[in-house]
Amino acid sequence: MASKLTLSNRTGWTFALPGFALIVIFVVLPFFFAIGLSLTNQRLLSPNPTQFVGVENYRQLLGLAVVTLEPERDDAGEVVRNEAGEIQYPRLRKITRSNDYPQYRGMREWFRWQSGENVTVVIASDVVFMKALVNTFLFVLVVAPVQAGLALVLSLLINQKLRGINVFRTIYFMPVVVSIVVVSLLWRFIYDGQNGLLNSILHGLTFGLFQPVDWLGNPSTALPAIMAMSIWQAVGFHMVIWLAGLQTISPTLYEAAAIEGASKWQTFRYVTWPGLRNTAVLVLIVITMQGFALFAQIDVMTNGGPRDSTQTLVFQAVERGYGKQDISGGSTISVILFVIVLTISLIQRWLTRER
Amino acid sequence: MVINPDNYGLRLFVRYLVLCLIALIFIFPLVFMINSSFKPDSQLLADTSSLRAFLPVGDISLDNYFGAFQRAPVGLFVFNSVLVTGMTVVLSLLICSLAAFSFTFLRWKGRDVMLSIVIATLIIPFEIIAIPLLLLVSKLPWIGLNGLELGWLNTYRVQIIPWIADGLTIFLFVQYFKGLPGELIEASRVEGASWWQVYYRVVMPLSGPVLATAAILKFLVMYNQYLWPLIVVQQENHRPVMVGLGYFFQLNVAWGEVMAYLTLITVPVLIFYLFLQRAFIASIASTGVKG
Repeated sequence: MASKLTLSNRTGWTFALPGFALIVIFVVLPFFFAIGLSLTNQRLLSPNPTQFVGVENYRQLLGLAVVTLEPERDDAGEVVRNEAGEIQYPRLRKITRSNDYPQYRGMREWFRWQSGENVTVVIASDVVFMKALVNTFLFVLVVAPVQAGLALVLSLLINQKLRGINVFRTIYFMPVVVSIVVVSLLWRFIYDGQNGLLNSILHGLTFGLFQPVDWLGNPSTALPAIMAMSIWQAVGFHMVIWLAGLQTISPTLYEAAAIEGASKWQTFRYVTWPGLRNTAVLVLIVITMQGFALFAQIDVMTNGGPRDSTQTLVFQAVERGYGKQDISGGSTISVILFVIVLTISLIQRWLTRER
Repeated sequence: MVINPDNYGLRLFVRYLVLCLIALIFIFPLVFMINSSFKPDSQLLADTSSLRAFLPVGDISLDNYFGAFQRAPVGLFVFNSVLVTGMTVVLSLLICSLAAFSFTFLRWKGRDVMLSIVIATLIIPFEIIAIPLLLLVSKLPWIGLNGLELGWLNTYRVQIIPWIADGLTIFLFVQYFKGLPGELIEASRVEGASWWQVYYRVVMPLSGPVLATAAILKFLVMYNQYLWPLIVVQQENHRPVMVGLGYFFQLNVAWGEVMAYLTLITVPVLIFYLFLQRAFIASIASTGVKG
């Protein structure tokens, strides 16, 4: 097609330039800014000049160490115990504030466990960031398979030839068009500890046996509650993508399977599932990317609490970059996030590659 | 109860029952929202302990709606959202389709590199660039009625311009244009049509489906925008609806008014969706082609 009719440098540039320039200025440039800023101490508004600080921001976020504390001993070498009989250990700050251990300076306890008489403590430069990192991974690890699986089940249900099936498709998809901010606020009512809808429903279903739970106020239920709500909101989106995949599978394959006398499970396993391979990759990558971007739910429902149990990477990036005007700190988290998302997308692509 | 697998009627009934129960799960928060918006606070909170939460019963009135308008400049927030969403959708359709037209039908130096860069941006979630972009827009110049000014914060343009062009929209147009008959474009060129005329008179009239898809996706993103306006718009006169919600959580929270506001900003979108549900679902489905 390299005829004169299609060759035109000037028109080509003119037509493509507005769109391309906007993408470069507002996507590509900020992306490289993020990398550059993460190596500085840039703030949103600051009287002091910006300085290059190398990998200091990354060290501040990712610094981790493991220290072992031995029990306190009295002069006779006996382990010191308190009145309750618990072994007494030296205080952690003797290490983190001591000049003998400059590498641990400023670190704080993340978690600890007992091993024999000693106790092992994991200390981190930034405990909140570590919690955010773990929570974000937990969120994706739970939401990606559960949401993708439920969406597939729904798409199979919706793919039946039944009168009025479109009505159900329309309803299942409905939460997708509602803002996540609105959804999060509504679910605050559902999860409320005193007269929340969920507690009322569980109370009714168990004939009063169920004890009310403050779903968002309890560190062990807050993140699972947000996971459940997020799955509810977006499952219709992925149902539609699965459905599009289902409809690309040729009906003749199903006819062949029926002639061979395949069971429902066999038909799914050998006809449907192989035909959905590309869709599966897409669904998983999209859910993973959406999962790592978790922000609005947290901002509306918990603000990262209770006790940092719902902190996430994006929430931390925004809290620092915008809330504390620490642009470099927020950018550093963004870059770490990007590396994670990219790595996981590549792994998913590789794992589900054509063999 | 024993289910006879050969009983067609019963099986059909069970199928519909399952479908209906699932439908209830997806619809109950919205039913609760709409019904609660008509109830006074005391009743709203008391009703959550029973099925009355989902029924328009008791002391029903429009008071919450009047209250919401008194508490916050609701009209202004809706106007801001409609303006920002409308402008972005229109500009996005024009600029992205032009770029995709050029990428698909024209041959020019640097085209493939440019297209690769555009496609590569698909793996950058907005949340990753939000913070550096905040710094960037706080320093960008603008020539307006008052001459040269610095900084885009607290404006409409900061909510519109960064969102006009995006990799996904351009990609959707390119995919669609590739499916159009190339001979048609060649023929129009032979007859002496300029490239602009080919775009405007030949390609655009054939692009109804992809225009609808791109418009719906952009509409959903823009109307439901939260993080970006939260950090770039601090003054109420440019705030969109989702950020305006913060108004209802200052001082004492009147839940009935919150529900009225949520209903006001959600139900129009739901009605729009119900009318165009086929197009909405098709637009999400078409993003699935990129696998």
